[in-house]
Amino acid sequence: MTWLTWRQSRIQFLAAIVALVAIALTYGLTAAGLNHLYAVYGSHPAEFLTRVKTGGYPVLYFAGCAVMYLTPLVIGAFWGAPLIARELETGTHRLAWNQSVTRTRWLLIKLAIGGGAAMTFAGITGLLLSWWAGPIDRAGGLPVGTSQLSRFQPIVFGTRGIVPIGAAALAFMIGVCAGLLLRRVIPAMAVTLGLLTALLVAMPLAVSPHLITPAQYTRPVTANLTTMSVTGNGEINDPVTDIPGAWILTDQIITRSGAVFMLPDVPACATGTQAQCDAWLAAQPLRQHVVYQPASRYWTFQALETLIWLAIAAGLAGLSLRRIRTIG
Amino acid sequence: MNTLIETRGLGKRYRGRQALAECTVSVPAGAITGLVGPNGAGKSTFMSLVTGMLAPSEGSILVLGQAPGRQLAKVGFVAQDTPVYASLSISDHFRLGAHLNPRWDQSYAQERIARLGVDPKQKAGKLSGGQRAQLALTMSIAKRPALLILDEPVAALDPLARRGFTDELTAAASSTGMSVVLSSHLVSDLERTCDWLIVLNSGRVRAAGPLPGLLAAHPGMSTEDMVLTYLEETS
Repeated sequence: MTWLTWRQSRIQFLAAIVALVAIALTYGLTAAGLNHLYAVYGSHPAEFLTRVKTGGYPVLYFAGCAVMYLTPLVIGAFWGAPLIARELETGTHRLAWNQSVTRTRWLLIKLAIGGGAAMTFAGITGLLLSWWAGPIDRAGGLPVGTSQLSRFQPIVFGTRGIVPIGAAALAFMIGVCAGLLLRRVIPAMAVTLGLLTALLVAMPLAVSPHLITPAQYTRPVTANLTTMSVTGNGEINDPVTDIPGAWILTDQIITRSGAVFMLPDVPACATGTQAQCDAWLAAQPLRQHVVYQPASRYWTFQALETLIWLAIAAGLAGLSLRRIRTIG
Repeated sequence: MNTLIETRGLGKRYRGRQALAECTVSVPAGAITGLVGPNGAGKSTFMSLVTGMLAPSEGSILVLGQAPGRQLAKVGFVAQDTPVYASLSISDHFRLGAHLNPRWDQSYAQERIARLGVDPKQKAGKLSGGQRAQLALTMSIAKRPALLILDEPVAALDPLARRGFTDELTAAASSTGMSVVLSSHLVSDLERTCDWLIVLNSGRVRAAGPLPGLLAAHPGMSTEDMVLTYLEETS
């Protein structure tokens, strides 16, 4: 059974190995330069990050994120979805299931090898890229606009550490189950991509922020249009710089009553000069309200998110093993 | 004589359509049993129930004394469209067979493919329909099952290959004691090979018994005419 699984998926395995080697070479070879920069300028993060930005490092940084976004999608659509669907579509399940190996064992071995390979690939790639970006993360994250992209920010979080292992298992099992239920490869791929994207987006937006009650603080600020930015709908945004590496969930300027402060209602700012507007703002009793997950919780969140994905994947594996016994 | 397959009131419904109903038959061990009937008579459904590929809607079925699908190593099955892996070579299929079956007969498999004059390095996807069927059938015999179930095994073969295959099957059955159940909608495919016959029509068993016995009850009739009589009696 192990031989058959290998023989049937060796193209995917080889493609994964080639991709892994290419990634390892790209990031392995450029890591030395980045580490050297950090050794020299690491004690002055701002200086270090300026030098990072002038090299080709931001491109590599975001390419690494893109690779980690694509990994679960490719695993789900090209490893998971065809695993059973291709057999059902071509009728070869009737050849495979009439050898002397039970369907349960057939599927168990396919899941163990395919899922294991997917998790190994995603795990190695994720840890490699986390190691590569280590100096940038230690400096607080890549500067983007007026803020910094710390490794705790949703856009980066799922591409680092151990979460990719859980996401790979989830993607693989969603693909397998979609193939088992739909019995055709292309629809199974489409459903896998849709469902997986929805779950991967929903996690940081709707689930993760509530896993542990966030920390928060409220303190007086003097609003100033030179250092703060104004969003499209008139909220003033004051970048939080004193809790490096935290995941900022809410950052609002509020009035004495607690309502979010909106700029368009102010005549001095609507028609006056910037100095008049600043003067008016300085006289207001404005406060900054920040809700966040502290940087110290990073690995707790890594573990929680990974466990959630692994638990869903295990549930789907159980479901597929039950289902396989009853289909013809 | 031992009973190989025993069904009682066996039935299968697909979304309200009754594909097989009130099927009560005993198939003896050591025989080659033919399942004959027009297309849609329920032959494939019967075979899928015997191999455990489908679960029955009603009634009971025992295969080698147990529930279907319990003795995978002892039951061989080739589905109607003789599925094989297009991207795997003939040799790969034999390796698959060797890995997945405890009693796999590698020398038989290699010898038979050599006799058919097909290059074992060929990918199954490149084979003709007849060659693909031969590959699937060779694998099912090389598995050395106690019971071999073949759904329309010769449909994809040309007349010469049909005769060759049925002779092969008879020889394999008599030398190893293997029992065979095979289906066809053509009586001519079965009458030379089978010593037991089940006539199916519209999902029901119209006749079942040893071929000589059935013929004795219809003096002067050919097998073909006798089967037609059973089919016409009931439809």
